[in-house]
Amino acid sequence: MTLPIILFFVFAAIAVIGALMMIFFREPIHSALALILVMVALAVLYLLLGAEFIAAVQIIVYAGAVMVLFVFVIMLLNAGEEERTNISKLAHYVGWPLGIFLTVELVYWMLRAPIGARATTATIAPGDPTRDLSMLLFRSYLFPFEITSILILIALIGALVLAKRDS
Amino acid sequence: MEFVAQHPILVVSLIKIVVLLFLLMTALAYVTWFERKVVARIQSRIGPLYVGAHGLLQPLADGVKFLFKEDVTPPAADRFVYVLAPFLALSLGLATIALIPFGPATIMVLGVPTQMGIANVSLGLLFVFAITSMGVYGVALAGWSSNSKYPLMGGLRSSAQMVSYEVSLTLSVVGVVLLAGTLNFNDLIAYQSGHWRYVRFLPHWNVIPQFVGFLCYFISAIAETNRVPFDLPEAETELVAGFHTEYSSFKFAMFFMAEYANMITVSCLATILFFGGWLSPFPERWTWQLYIPGVGLILGGILLAYDTAMNQRGIARIQLAVVTIGALVIGAACLLPSVMPVVQGPFWFLLKLLGFLFFYVWTRGTLPRFRYDQLMDFGWKFLLPVSLANLVITAFVVMVLNR
Repeated sequence: MTLPIILFFVFAAIAVIGALMMIFFREPIHSALALILVMVALAVLYLLLGAEFIAAVQIIVYAGAVMVLFVFVIMLLNAGEEERTNISKLAHYVGWPLGIFLTVELVYWMLRAPIGARATTATIAPGDPTRDLSMLLFRSYLFPFEITSILILIALIGALVLAKRDS
Repeated sequence: MEFVAQHPILVVSLIKIVVLLFLLMTALAYVTWFERKVVARIQSRIGPLYVGAHGLLQPLADGVKFLFKEDVTPPAADRFVYVLAPFLALSLGLATIALIPFGPATIMVLGVPTQMGIANVSLGLLFVFAITSMGVYGVALAGWSSNSKYPLMGGLRSSAQMVSYEVSLTLSVVGVVLLAGTLNFNDLIAYQSGHWRYVRFLPHWNVIPQFVGFLCYFISAIAETNRVPFDLPEAETELVAGFHTEYSSFKFAMFFMAEYANMITVSCLATILFFGGWLSPFPERWTWQLYIPGVGLILGGILLAYDTAMNQRGIARIQLAVVTIGALVIGAACLLPSVMPVVQGPFWFLLKLLGFLFFYVWTRGTLPRFRYDQLMDFGWKFLLPVSLANLVITAFVVMVLNR
């Protein structure tokens, strides 16, 4: 057991527990906090894989921006505890079988793939990973990248239009 | 010792973390003293005076007072989040210091050579922004969990303010990153070494080509740390004390310390990005500059000795004598040939840091507070466009020069 492996299991456990807490907490702010925990734990896992840029961006974008907005909206609306409903019949009947099916599928693929053997031999490619990433993003995939940014802009303006409609 | 030999990086890092944390906590305490003294001078007062010589033991007295005060938790508060918020604020405020390099020299810890500063991360700047972007949670959660109207308003204001100003804070720094072509702090400082080709007395610091970026950065930084004139989250005339209204005792002290820790972080960043970090402002061929730290400290010690002998009485005289001897001994140590090259980096770094901290206190003593709508207009309609324009122009110039 080397240090990275111990850290991997610790933060993987934190991520899973955080995800469960997010579902089971009743208070929206507590759920949001648990989700932040998951995001940060995932960032540490990226860091362990040597993906420093992805780890930093994961925290800046998800934990630092998206979740701040979530917390902000929950505070602004002063949302109370969630209520339990039995309205959705679909979730009631399909939920459990679908969940079991997905778990079985996940376990099946995990057992088939030689994850342990591959993970220990994987090496980080030489060179500057951030430079490689930006080369891919701004050279090879420039067009999809720009399309995505326009899509986000459209969503932004759309939200503004919808919000302004009432007044 | 076997463990040390097996895990040298782990042990050395732990030692450095403990030492740096101790130094940082002491610095935090004395930044409060520094601020009170300077603001007092600005307002024609004397400031803390009675606890120790020149009030030097005032931070200690404040700490003891905070520890022994009653710790009140409002009954309607969300207990877990209420306790979590100050811890989040303080730990995130302290964490960024781990990424700051204080000097170029390699020091020996337990026989292992290591750099000054805890970690040298290849994307240091991004990680600092990652940690500061989380900083808003301490304030927002404190406001929400108190379950009271003034903290809630303060928390909402500060979340909006910090999210808004974070955008221009990050954008204003990108110009520097474009010039140097790196996100690593050591490389960013190395880029600023030397002097300009035509104006040889000016150091090659980023503040000269990126002056607009520096202004945007520093204004956003003041807003990001919730300081005057942008301290609306705790505007006492309208919100009692804002997000920490319901906090008492040491939990309040933790928010207080977090604010100062953020001030230090932001000033460290300004020093590294725009003022050459640990670089000296003088050309390298001036070898006499190596004596500046030692001689400066000894001169300061002589000044203190004069003050001790002439103005102090009783126990204050003994206290100041201890400080004097400390300054003289450290100053003499800085002149030893083996120590001299090591202290150069930290000396210039701390001097610049102190300059920024003084600037912070100066603005606090001088400027009135913004109104909330003015603050938002200023951030979105002025700072953001200016820092964007700076970014576009810098990118253009870098592209033309690199052709």
